Amino acid sequence: MNYTLDFTPVIEGLPSLLTACLGTFTLAICGMLLATVIGIGGVVLRQSKIAPLRWLVIVFVELIRNTPFLVQIFFIYFALPLTGIRLDPTPTAIIALGINGGAYAIEIIRGGVQSISKGQMEAGLALGLHKGQVFRLIILKPALRAIFPSLTSQFVLLTLTTSIASAISAYELTSVSQRIESDSFRSFEVYFTVTIFYLVISWLMMRLFALFSARYFAYPVK
Amino acid sequence: MGRDEFLFLLIGLKWTVALSAIGFVCGCLAGLVIALLRTSGMRPIERATAGYIALFQGTPLLMQLFVVYYGLALIGIKMDAWAAVAVGLTLHASAYLGEIWRGGIEAVPRGQTEASKALALSYSSRMKDVLLPQALRISLPATIGFLVQLIKGTSLASIVGFTELTRAGNIISNQIFQPLTVFGIVGMLYFIMCCPLTIYGAYLERKFAASAR
Amino acid sequence: MNDIATTAGNTHPMISMTGVEKWYGAFQALKDINISVAKGEKIVLCGPSGSGKSTLIRCINHLETYQKGEIRVSGTVLGHQAKTIDAVRREVGMVFQQFNLFPHLTVLENCMLAPLRALKLSRQEAEGRARQLLERVKIAEQADKYPAQLSGGQQQRVAIARALCMRPQVMLFDEPTSALDPEMVKEVLDTMIGLAEEGMTMICVTHEMGFARQVADRVIFMASGAVVEEAPPAEFFSNPKHERTRKFLGEILGH
Repeated sequence: MNYTLDFTPVIEGLPSLLTACLGTFTLAICGMLLATVIGIGGVVLRQSKIAPLRWLVIVFVELIRNTPFLVQIFFIYFALPLTGIRLDPTPTAIIALGINGGAYAIEIIRGGVQSISKGQMEAGLALGLHKGQVFRLIILKPALRAIFPSLTSQFVLLTLTTSIASAISAYELTSVSQRIESDSFRSFEVYFTVTIFYLVISWLMMRLFALFSARYFAYPVK
Repeated sequence: MGRDEFLFLLIGLKWTVALSAIGFVCGCLAGLVIALLRTSGMRPIERATAGYIALFQGTPLLMQLFVVYYGLALIGIKMDAWAAVAVGLTLHASAYLGEIWRGGIEAVPRGQTEASKALALSYSSRMKDVLLPQALRISLPATIGFLVQLIKGTSLASIVGFTELTRAGNIISNQIFQPLTVFGIVGMLYFIMCCPLTIYGAYLERKFAASAR
Repeated sequence: MNDIATTAGNTHPMISMTGVEKWYGAFQALKDINISVAKGEKIVLCGPSGSGKSTLIRCINHLETYQKGEIRVSGTVLGHQAKTIDAVRREVGMVFQQFNLFPHLTVLENCMLAPLRALKLSRQEAEGRARQLLERVKIAEQADKYPAQLSGGQQQRVAIARALCMRPQVMLFDEPTSALDPEMVKEVLDTMIGLAEEGMTMICVTHEMGFARQVADRVIFMASGAVVEEAPPAEFFSNPKHERTRKFLGEILGH
């Protein structure tokens, strides 16, 4: 084989690739925020006294965890317009990422809540706080701390999953790299470089989570 | 959606199952090697395998499939799309399973290694007869969890252009203009494959957790 | 510092339990409990493990539900509605065997949380109260530490201060010294004795018989979910009437 690697198109495309990284970050961060909200809300509903609400959460979690993200994002992409919501691909992708990540977050955070001793709940109630206050002020933070490593890896996975949003042409790194690839036919060079980009992005995400954890969960435990 | 369309989806489903099976079986074999290298006790080799694992866990599966697909062509290996995808999935699975099983091997109490060394067992016997059976048992729930991940991951082969279940869905959806019905059915087919595995994995996890008490 | 025992009408007993019964499935945990506690009275509840004494005091602030009977706290019937339960919990402080301090909050924040959120006090007021009560349990200098940085005895004193910050009319102690290393028991008991001397109404589940002799107005002995015997400490220790009481005292006092 006398194929010579030629990175010229990659170098020429570098500015647009770097800007596309911002798109990936946007998808990832917004997706995580939505996933966290769904995760915490789902845990609250999962503990509800009303049985159908609990079942709803279980069905949601299992449906999402047992189907591919690609199918989910297509489904949402086609389903949203039918409900009268017209959104660009990027917000659609954020919703899909949030829903997908949220289902995993529910299970992870639930594990954290269950790891908190019953005495914490009782101490809060004995002080005259409501159940909601006890959850919000007493249980939540130690629970999140307990499962933060799992949440971190789940959210790094969510960051990598943003690449699948290219299937509905959301603005992010993979879709931009596909455009450069189809213009230049330097497929390997483009995708190899972009793979390295992702490696750096996921490393940055992990650093970000470690920093957050060091600040937010600074209190000592035995 | 008519009978023909559904049959077309089932053909796609067949390829999804085949890709998953190949990726998992080959991934298990390669993953075992990775896990053993990762726990070999030789620093440079451990470092190299740790790097291999980090590379696959830190990049999107979609990119891995692209790089393998075009990379193989580049070094002169002509392959069908499905074979290239199978190679990509195998490498992907080897890294994840290698990491899962490393955890399993390290979770076996140190005394087991010491006892088998004291009995003058060779490395291969120590691994094959003592450590691996325990390590694989410990890692079984996580292994099944990854299998579910892998089955869902095969859907990305559709982006590379291989007609498995998701791409079959895409094609039908473009023909009959009923994307919600089609992707709903496609999703259900994945669900039917994955959900029993998920339930079984959770059952094993509960069982192990109970016996550990 | 008499502000802790606020002046309430003396017409009702502080706590009255009439015919309280509780089951866990087929197992009866409490059998026909009738207890009345006057304002300022100090009760020590003792009995073998599994006798229902913890369950009993946990019914008073509704951490446990009960199926029959009535509990009144300073005249209010403790129903099963969230509103009355919250109202009662604000009047009843509780100290747990395992301290149950909140690990993510500093000592000061632990004490301020409920006054801020349940009583809706201002920050300034809540902090003033917290510092004053931490001073009183002799731990003011640790206000900015986290629970994990304190010894067990210190943690339990913080837990007492935390409960007192709600200015409760009654304090419940659920084996407050059982999880402590022996050398830390005294500091906690001294704090409780101080509280008793100031006139707080107290119900203590404890095996510290020295404490019972010193501060209790009445000792109540429970076995198998029922009250077996109740008497002033002098009488309880010198002249126990029931065989089960004698056996228990023999075991616990080692003679």
